[in-house]
Amino acid sequence: MSRFFARTVPFWLILPSLLLVLIFVYGFIINTGWISLTDQNRLQLEAGKFVGLENYQALWQNPRFRIDIRNTVIFSLIFIPGCLILGLTSALLIQSGIKGEGIFRTIYLAPMAISFIVTGVVWRWLMNPSAGLNDLFAAMGLGFLQNVWYTDPTWGIAAIALPAIWQLSGYTMALYLAGLRAIPKDIYEAAAVDGAAGFYAFRRITFPLLLPVTLSAIIILGHISLKVFDLVVAIAGMGGGPGFSADVPATFMFQTTFQANRFAEGSAISILLLLVVSLLVIPYLYFSLRQEGQR
Amino acid sequence: MQTKNLLLAIGMASVIGFTPAAALEIFSWWTTGGEAAALKALFDTYGAEYPNAKLINAAVAGGAGTNAKAVLKTRVLGGNPPDSFQVHMGAELFDTWVSGGFMEPVDSIYEVTELEAALPEQLLDYLRSDEGNYYAVPLNVHRANVLWYNQKVLADAGLEPPESWEEFLSAAETLKAQGITPLALGDNGIWATTQILETILLAQLGPERYRGLWDGSTVWDSPEVTRALEILSQVLDNANADHAARSWDQANDLVIQGTAAMTIMGDWAVADYEAKNFTDYGYAPVPGTAGIYDGSSDTFGLPKKAPDREEALAWLELVASKEGQEVFNTVKGSICARTDCDPEKFGEYQRWAMQSWSQDELVPSLAHGAAASEAWMSQIDNAINLFVARKDISATQAMLVRAAQEALN
Repeated sequence: MSRFFARTVPFWLILPSLLLVLIFVYGFIINTGWISLTDQNRLQLEAGKFVGLENYQALWQNPRFRIDIRNTVIFSLIFIPGCLILGLTSALLIQSGIKGEGIFRTIYLAPMAISFIVTGVVWRWLMNPSAGLNDLFAAMGLGFLQNVWYTDPTWGIAAIALPAIWQLSGYTMALYLAGLRAIPKDIYEAAAVDGAAGFYAFRRITFPLLLPVTLSAIIILGHISLKVFDLVVAIAGMGGGPGFSADVPATFMFQTTFQANRFAEGSAISILLLLVVSLLVIPYLYFSLRQEGQR
Repeated sequence: MQTKNLLLAIGMASVIGFTPAAALEIFSWWTTGGEAAALKALFDTYGAEYPNAKLINAAVAGGAGTNAKAVLKTRVLGGNPPDSFQVHMGAELFDTWVSGGFMEPVDSIYEVTELEAALPEQLLDYLRSDEGNYYAVPLNVHRANVLWYNQKVLADAGLEPPESWEEFLSAAETLKAQGITPLALGDNGIWATTQILETILLAQLGPERYRGLWDGSTVWDSPEVTRALEILSQVLDNANADHAARSWDQANDLVIQGTAAMTIMGDWAVADYEAKNFTDYGYAPVPGTAGIYDGSSDTFGLPKKAPDREEALAWLELVASKEGQEVFNTVKGSICARTDCDPEKFGEYQRWAMQSWSQDELVPSLAHGAAASEAWMSQIDNAINLFVARKDISATQAMLVRAAQEALN
């Protein structure tokens, strides 16, 4: 008995958290999935009736949802590469042996410690069409840079990506720094002996060896960009700006569920979001687990 | 020693007439400025009447009530309602709460306080179910169709407050020629524009047909609705360019500074002007809506499973009383739902509103929850949000027609 117990100790130790996660994460995902297939589109205690994919069809016909999908794509296309480029550049600069490296690292990383709500409030003021950055541009004689930021019906979402890049490029830099430090020095030394240095060494050694870090960064930034909610609410408000200029699926989900009481439709939005995030995360988990298995 | 203390405690309790420290939890979204002060004044009145009562203020801040409503729905669905909560009369009360079976009738309060006689007959329809039961007690009334203006700016331009939308648009030309923004608008969160549309619809359709929009007896694909959208489009052209980035009170600032001449806002605007020490404001019904009171009322009801039912009933009695309504509304800047409050206790605007309240025709406000269910309202808000950006009249009207069909079948 005691040997059996000793062998299974790890199992007993993780059992409580396993149960909690099974119920409160996976159980609730299944429940949300079920609700999205019912007609529970009002405030009610009794369970809804099964209606198949009706809520999903309603979503596809909803112009707001189509705008949200487009916005998410634009946001990701600006936010992810923006963070990667800024993060890699600052990591390379710091790695190059700049004086006071620790200070720069802290300064660039600090925005990550701030919540998106705080960032959002500050940037709402900065990106106010009649104040903030626009005033600053005018004062500097750069009036042509003035624009309406997040209230532009077509490109408003791009303005939301700016504070997101500001906040997370430092984090991307930290990821790249770790990646750079992990590259053994002797590879560069050997390359130098063979006559490879400078940009050639970067392209042939640094860049390929940073690919796993880049992939991790894309996954982390990608799921943040798909789930972005608080930043949009703090800047453009829950309604997502004029013509849904800055609207995203998460704000649409909140309004549909908690303001319009359309719980089934809100669940359908959540499930679609979950599926898209899974498309990104599951292949990554699969490959990284397989790599670990091979080692 | 311990036994002695216990005996002493029991003895004292029996002398005072020991009652359990009853709690009363009141839920609202009144958290700032005059609203919070008004709620506190009402709490103090309750406390003076029931000294043993323990009042819990469960107000939730932010988003003009949207955050509070989300919290409230979660609590009620979870079987943990507050003892009484703030809810708009009409559609929000009945469609969200009564039809789901979450509320108890409060007919007894109406009997005890003889409330029916003290309220305008036309208000009762928004508090009474089809079966004839009352489900909420109104605490105040707000009016949505008010045009506010800077008196000096309009006078300098040689203008009177416009009485029709045609007059409004021609006045706007005059103002623009002088470099003044005709209309200050802050529609961050879109409802301020929805509110303008509802007043234009009211002007185009009149009270009877406007009410019909909400029960299906007036169609949405009529030329009047098309015309209303055309006017809205022109009105938006006369608003400040940064309206999407402003809130309603930031739009008020433009009127106060005199860079804009007018704004259309519910009558909570008064409290904002007073708080900012601006006295040169004028007010009139929104063009084309004189004699109509586009109103909403904050009411309180009795949720089933309210943990402190007796205390909640005592609270509702206070809400229904003349004293309670006067204490609350003089601080908040709204007017009493009752018609027998003393006008002398109120400010100049409120006296004007009280006069209208006793004689105007009442219609339910869309933007403030009384006219349409929350789902319908949200569809209309979405249509208007697209309209603001695209100005596509036929597409917007088609969305409004579809929203009405979905909501009414």
